[in-house]
Amino acid sequence: MTEYITTIGLEVHAQARTASKMFDACSADYAGGEPNTRTSVVSLGLPGALPVVNRRAIEMAALSGLALNCSINLQSIFARKSYIYPDLPKGYQITQYDQPLCSNGWIEIRADDGSMKRIGIERLHIEEDTGRLVHMPDGSSLIDYNRSGVPLMEIVSEPDIASPEEARRYFQKLRQILMWIGVNNGDMEHGELRCDANVSVRPRGQHEYGVKVEIKNMNSFRAVERALAYEVQRQIQALEAGATIVQETRGWNETLGVTVGQRSKEFAHDYRYFPEPDIPPLVLDADWVAARQAELPELPDARRARFEAEYSLSLQDAELLTIERSVADYYEAAVAAAQAVNGSAKDVANWITGELFRLLNDSGEPPGCMTVRMPPAHIAEVLALLARGTITRTIAKQVFEESFQSGQAPSQIVAARGLTQISDADTLATLAREIIAANPKPVAEYRNGKTSAIQFLVGQMMKATKGQANPQTARAVLEGELNAS
Amino acid sequence: MSDLHLLTITAARAALDAGDITSVALTEALLARIAAVEPRVHAFLTLTAEQALEQARAADAQRSHSRSGQALGPIHGIPLAIKDVICTSGIRTTCASHILETFVPPYDATVITRLRAAGAVFLGKTNCDEFAMGSSTENSGFGPTRNPWDVSRVPGGSSGGSAAAVAASEVPGSLGTDTGGSIRQPAALCGISGLKPTYGRVSRYGLVAFGSSLDQAGPLAWTVADLALILQVIAGTDPFDGTTVPHAVPDYHAALTGDIRGVRIGIPQEYFGEGMEPGVEQTTRTAIAALGDLGAELVEVSLPHTRYALPTYYIIAPAEASANLARYDGVRYGPRVAGNSMWDEIERTRGSLFGPEVRRRIMLGTYTLSAGYYDAYYKRAQQVRTLIRNDFQQAFATVDLLATPTSPTVAFPIGQKVDDPLAMYLSDIFTLTASMAGLPGLVVPCGFSCNLPVGLQLIGKPFDEATILRVGDAYQRSTDWHMQRPTL
Repeated sequence: MTEYITTIGLEVHAQARTASKMFDACSADYAGGEPNTRTSVVSLGLPGALPVVNRRAIEMAALSGLALNCSINLQSIFARKSYIYPDLPKGYQITQYDQPLCSNGWIEIRADDGSMKRIGIERLHIEEDTGRLVHMPDGSSLIDYNRSGVPLMEIVSEPDIASPEEARRYFQKLRQILMWIGVNNGDMEHGELRCDANVSVRPRGQHEYGVKVEIKNMNSFRAVERALAYEVQRQIQALEAGATIVQETRGWNETLGVTVGQRSKEFAHDYRYFPEPDIPPLVLDADWVAARQAELPELPDARRARFEAEYSLSLQDAELLTIERSVADYYEAAVAAAQAVNGSAKDVANWITGELFRLLNDSGEPPGCMTVRMPPAHIAEVLALLARGTITRTIAKQVFEESFQSGQAPSQIVAARGLTQISDADTLATLAREIIAANPKPVAEYRNGKTSAIQFLVGQMMKATKGQANPQTARAVLEGELNAS
Repeated sequence: MSDLHLLTITAARAALDAGDITSVALTEALLARIAAVEPRVHAFLTLTAEQALEQARAADAQRSHSRSGQALGPIHGIPLAIKDVICTSGIRTTCASHILETFVPPYDATVITRLRAAGAVFLGKTNCDEFAMGSSTENSGFGPTRNPWDVSRVPGGSSGGSAAAVAASEVPGSLGTDTGGSIRQPAALCGISGLKPTYGRVSRYGLVAFGSSLDQAGPLAWTVADLALILQVIAGTDPFDGTTVPHAVPDYHAALTGDIRGVRIGIPQEYFGEGMEPGVEQTTRTAIAALGDLGAELVEVSLPHTRYALPTYYIIAPAEASANLARYDGVRYGPRVAGNSMWDEIERTRGSLFGPEVRRRIMLGTYTLSAGYYDAYYKRAQQVRTLIRNDFQQAFATVDLLATPTSPTVAFPIGQKVDDPLAMYLSDIFTLTASMAGLPGLVVPCGFSCNLPVGLQLIGKPFDEATILRVGDAYQRSTDWHMQRPTL
């Protein structure tokens, strides 16, 4: 059977979360009000309205371009893209065409073979979002222009993606970076982040790309991977059956798990791009770009690598702790607090990736809530209580969870509940004698040479002290009592 | 005081300042004049008599409260008419098109905001070619405007209503818009003064777009001094229009010194010759010679790419228009023609509510922007536009301004060119080039040919309206063509 090579390119649309819209002062908080309450002369495209570029949106787009290793073009041009649809009030969308703001970038993802792979980014340009149609049961449609004119960044990859899994990882990586630098909330469900794909297959050995098909309506990472996997198989089966692939746009049907033809090439739009006469060329200078570069935080990959080196973390832990910028910031704040009390960065990592992630997962809260639920100083306190021997590891987990739930400082919880570890030999000796008296069977076993039977007795000690007994001391005291009598 | 409707803005202002008249009296006199002559002229699409009188009363009250009338702006209490492509809050703005017949803007154009703040009184909205596309006002969806000098003839266009309203003494000044000559050509054909400012000098916010890279609003009035007063109010950078420039606005009235000795005036040879009525050419040449008599130095210059301006303009302006007019689908405002689906309704609305010239230009622009044609038409036209700009730049290296005819003919009979769009387009052949280069153009009446007015065009350097206003004003100090009024 012929082996096929898959070629995928993604077009990602990400809203830039500015306070106002792309071309006027109207609020961009489109979900924050009733339909058509976040509109203006400009975002409704009323006769005579003119667009004026939102400075912050350009800054965010340039910041994004730099984060994606793009070059920032010191002159870029806005263009009109014409098509008629009721959600587009001017009959054209203001976008960028042959001179985008950012071009020639790349990001790194993990390839299917585990190695790191660069995916090229052809361009990142700025444009405006459309309104939304709401289709009613009676067949009519309502239009909400709240979203009309919200700044949108279109990020177009090179056709460097070789599988549906890589496509998902690329999209995930892009989302991680955009959220990391604070330009996008990553919300795919509400369309703040959207993805279209171009996909083609060709038999190994064939140089030219196969006929590409555009896939739309993929609203989650899972949908991207599933839709592309389906489409790759559909194209291969078609070629195997001797059919030809038609250049077209297909939509992913999540329920049926298939892509469905929407529009063939003959009916493709002619967008009649031309330079937007209402907006002069956008001219930036090198100092401005340098200022944006200086605003750029340490990016996730660099931070992950630093965590591995600086804190001796495993790749897996370092990845978990850089999944979001708030998590990484939290981790480093907790490390700083812990180091002041001689706690280790590794222990901090373990508490976060273990207990804290589990508790957050149970409560259904996002990582952003970490600092509120468990201030970094509280993690350091738990580590300090453990290091001083004030509490046992078992108690520490209880205290951690209680602190997470109540917000109380761990030391206060220990003091208020009397959870301090019992290391006093006399107290434990009295208890040991009671336990030996009450458990003749394991005591006999121990004395007959089955030394492992002592585990049960230690367990009884811990149970009787509600976990507060120092396990090592408890064991030593028991051994002493058993051997003495 | 009698015949208040005959006052220029400057004269009316002096009378207001002296306390001889009130803004209410002036407004009432003009409304009476409108009632008398409007049936023969049809310069207005909407009259706002009630609001105008209210504004006039407010202006009078403000004047009586202010310690010195001089503290008020130069157009305070002065009635003006506004071309119906400029948005006026709460007042219907139709662009002389059925597709906007019911459109009431919720906002004022920046020029309106500024005039309002300066105390102007708005008498109404004037007729024009539909969406400012035309040279005769015959393309109005609501019937043509007639030339007050001869009501069987056109007033020119597209700002024909704004020009005719002044020429008919219905209003002392008005605002028009100019994309390829739409202020200058009707000013010439109606025997009044008109100014198209430099592109970027006056805000386009609220001016319903035709050719966005060309459109500019500007004043029409009897005298250059009056134009200067209005320009002073409307000029300047606007945060709502990114194409306005932050250059300082000079004191235009102070620039009117009457002295043009040593000013170098270029006479482009390409603007005289074939296709031009002999009477128009002769009148124009006489006027230019008069400028020489006033001490200006006359210099022959060449603008070699002039002949490409017309074809280039008719690629760029319709291309921009095709996108600008895409929004009129009947979905959000204006009337909607019923159909059996959304697309059917949009097609029927656009198909039946746009007039033939507008439809022609939408099709032309759609075609030239289409895939495969863009490079051959739009892109090439932009390259030629650069050559035209360079022509002017070279000429302005040796001269301070250019003097040319405004239109090859005097006002032509209504109906003469309606079936011949190319003949109609030629009417703007002398005004298009300055539009393509974004330059300011002033028209002053300079005599008559066959008893119909002829206008002289003065083209200035970018943002140097002051020089052409100075020359035009000096001309008017030594002539009285601008004070001659038609008998209606």
